[in-house]
Amino acid sequence: MSKPIIATTSLAGCFGCHMSILDIDERILQLIELVEFNKSPIDDIKTFTKPVDIGIIEGGCCNSENVEVLKSFRKNCKILISLGECAIMGGLPALRNGIPVEECIHEAYIGGPTVQLNKDHILPNDDELPMLLDKVYPCHEIVKIDYFLPGCPPRADLIWDALVALITGDPLKLPYEVVKFD
Amino acid sequence: MEKIVRQIIEKYGSDPNRLMDILIDIQEQYGYISRDAVALMAQHLNMSQVDVEQTITFYHFLSTRHRGKYAIYLNNSAVAYMFGRQAIKDAFEKELGIKFGQVTEDGAIGLFDTACIGMNDQEPAAIINNKVFTKLTPYRVREIIRHMREGKSLDELMNESYGDGKNQHPYLQTMVSSNIRRKGMILSDDYVMGKVLKTILPNISPEAVIAEIKHSHIRGRGGAGFPTGFKWEFCRKAKGPKHYVVCNADEGEPGTFKDRVILTEKPELVFEGMALAGYAIGGDEGILYLRYEYRYMKDYLESVLKTMKEQNLLGDNIGGIDGFNFDIRIQFGAGAYVCGEESALLESLEGKRGEPRDKPPFPVEKGYLNQPTIINNVETFATAVRIIENGGEWFTQFGTEDSTGTKILSISGDCMFPGVYEVNWGFNVSDMLDMVGAYDVQAVQVGGPSGTLIGPDEFHRTLGYSDLSTGGSMIIFGTQRNLLKDVVLNFMEFFIDESCGSCSTCRNMPQVMRNKLIKILNGNGVKKDLSDLKEWSKVLLASRCGLGQTAGNPIVSSLKNFRPLYEELLQKEVEFDEGFDLVASVQGSCKYVGRVPKFHHHN
Repeated sequence: MSKPIIATTSLAGCFGCHMSILDIDERILQLIELVEFNKSPIDDIKTFTKPVDIGIIEGGCCNSENVEVLKSFRKNCKILISLGECAIMGGLPALRNGIPVEECIHEAYIGGPTVQLNKDHILPNDDELPMLLDKVYPCHEIVKIDYFLPGCPPRADLIWDALVALITGDPLKLPYEVVKFD
Repeated sequence: MEKIVRQIIEKYGSDPNRLMDILIDIQEQYGYISRDAVALMAQHLNMSQVDVEQTITFYHFLSTRHRGKYAIYLNNSAVAYMFGRQAIKDAFEKELGIKFGQVTEDGAIGLFDTACIGMNDQEPAAIINNKVFTKLTPYRVREIIRHMREGKSLDELMNESYGDGKNQHPYLQTMVSSNIRRKGMILSDDYVMGKVLKTILPNISPEAVIAEIKHSHIRGRGGAGFPTGFKWEFCRKAKGPKHYVVCNADEGEPGTFKDRVILTEKPELVFEGMALAGYAIGGDEGILYLRYEYRYMKDYLESVLKTMKEQNLLGDNIGGIDGFNFDIRIQFGAGAYVCGEESALLESLEGKRGEPRDKPPFPVEKGYLNQPTIINNVETFATAVRIIENGGEWFTQFGTEDSTGTKILSISGDCMFPGVYEVNWGFNVSDMLDMVGAYDVQAVQVGGPSGTLIGPDEFHRTLGYSDLSTGGSMIIFGTQRNLLKDVVLNFMEFFIDESCGSCSTCRNMPQVMRNKLIKILNGNGVKKDLSDLKEWSKVLLASRCGLGQTAGNPIVSSLKNFRPLYEELLQKEVEFDEGFDLVASVQGSCKYVGRVPKFHHHN
């Protein structure tokens, strides 16, 4: 059997979950033995070059580009994993969900106490920019997600164990410390 | 203002535990509670302003903004809608030119939604400045508003005849009807006030009273069904300088109104039961916790208490028993369903937000003001009197082996004769429907929104603690009703409104479930939504109190018993659909920054 192929991406996240992937330390050498990476910030491949087995998503969706990327992951990956609080629940970015998006933009570009240089009240409206969504969505509200790995970030051991379980087909051990509240 | 607020505070002995009374009086005096009043209360009660404010903001009928000279609270229960609430709402809004939740510009009239006000057998109904207006029609709405504008008094607004029975009592004179359709031991006319306190108690010890109650096997009538005798015994044995008897008349479960009827027709029986319990547990004081929706009964109930005191049925050395001193006062709530949960009720009694306490300790050990306290339902106290009068053995001949005695049902919805029926436990649903004249029945909600929704397949089931347990609310839905849209959704909104917010499970999950239900109703549902609803509802069991634990029941129980209603709304051959609409979700931001949304690769 050829090596399973993995792709990863960070949407509306902080890259902390990707840092946690790197926290598997020297096991990354073992991982490279076990799997092949495709589109991912880890190897800097920008577009899917072949069908992928496991897609790992960090972050939720706050703009149209996030949605686009997430949908392309769904299209190209057999299995999708929401990795971490933001992908699963929206996380910190979703704190804006109780506030109308117009107010958020106003605060960021016009009204905020640290906004001083934007005297002409310019708002970002170039067609090249992603369009902001009305709120931040968890990934499973946009596409079907197969698995959820909780944590902020999820611990390196959990990520490792989950990948090994997926690849080997063995059941994943989820001890209390991993799934407990906070 | 300062003088009046200070007078109110002093009226309640400047006691922070009486904050609810103080707030209610100020609200009624001014139509709202101002910042200045909050500051005064904080100062004189030795509390922080935040502590005063958090109590105010918890309760539906207390407000920091003016609610209008006339504050109109229109019931929004499912049954109110079934009997034409929408037309009444529209008429109010059209007549006044404002929406619900608003007050007219001149500050004269405010319109507000409110949860079930205990008038399900005479809907649509509204409370206007503590007076209840039942069976409203658009014509009456226009007339009421016209009369308000003409400056007529509240009494002049009412041109209906008074309701039946004691509702005509000079202190009540309300258009509310009791609608008693079937009497048993509690509602029976053979009750003689004071017989138990004056002729029986002098001859038996408190322990003997408890033994008799235990022998009767009566269980709590509020719905949870805890054996009353054991509760009283635990409390009697618990140590503490004071012992309290609390009667739970919060009756917030939509569709129940039997406590209103018992307190209207047989208040003496309830108060005598509280005194009896006081004798049994060695109680010092009784408190009737009455929901604010029944504020119109205040003068009436206080006059009953006065009469009983005059007749030595309350006060000192009751019934001539040396040292049997027991008094009852009425504590009003201010609009919060969760206060029917006994530990939340205790918090409310102490002037705080009605958030349930962690248990243990249970109230029988540490209740009101941390003293041993029993909390029983109105009906339980009333029944206890009949048990002591006739004996525990006599009582067991009614009902079934595990559910002895009678139960008063509040029956409403699609039937010929809604009202109050006292039946023996063990009554089956099918007989009940025949009794009340209900035909073409699609479903019956047993025990209110927190209970079970059953269909014709289960109408053979019987009412009792081992089968269909109920605090008394029975709502009947005919075949013409859209169960999911008109009933289940309404019930979910109710739980969302009434969550105290203490547990994240109950604060959030009912909203998640409600949103999924709306998604299904909008035709965006997929099969997975049904399994999600079922699985996700389980986290509610982690909530601290019964409200949270049962807040998913409208969906869980309808999904179990009426699954085809859900399935026929699902999309066929679509596996995944969360109803996300990219085009719609970017409209707001694009418009605000001034760009035209463009979509390249998809949609």
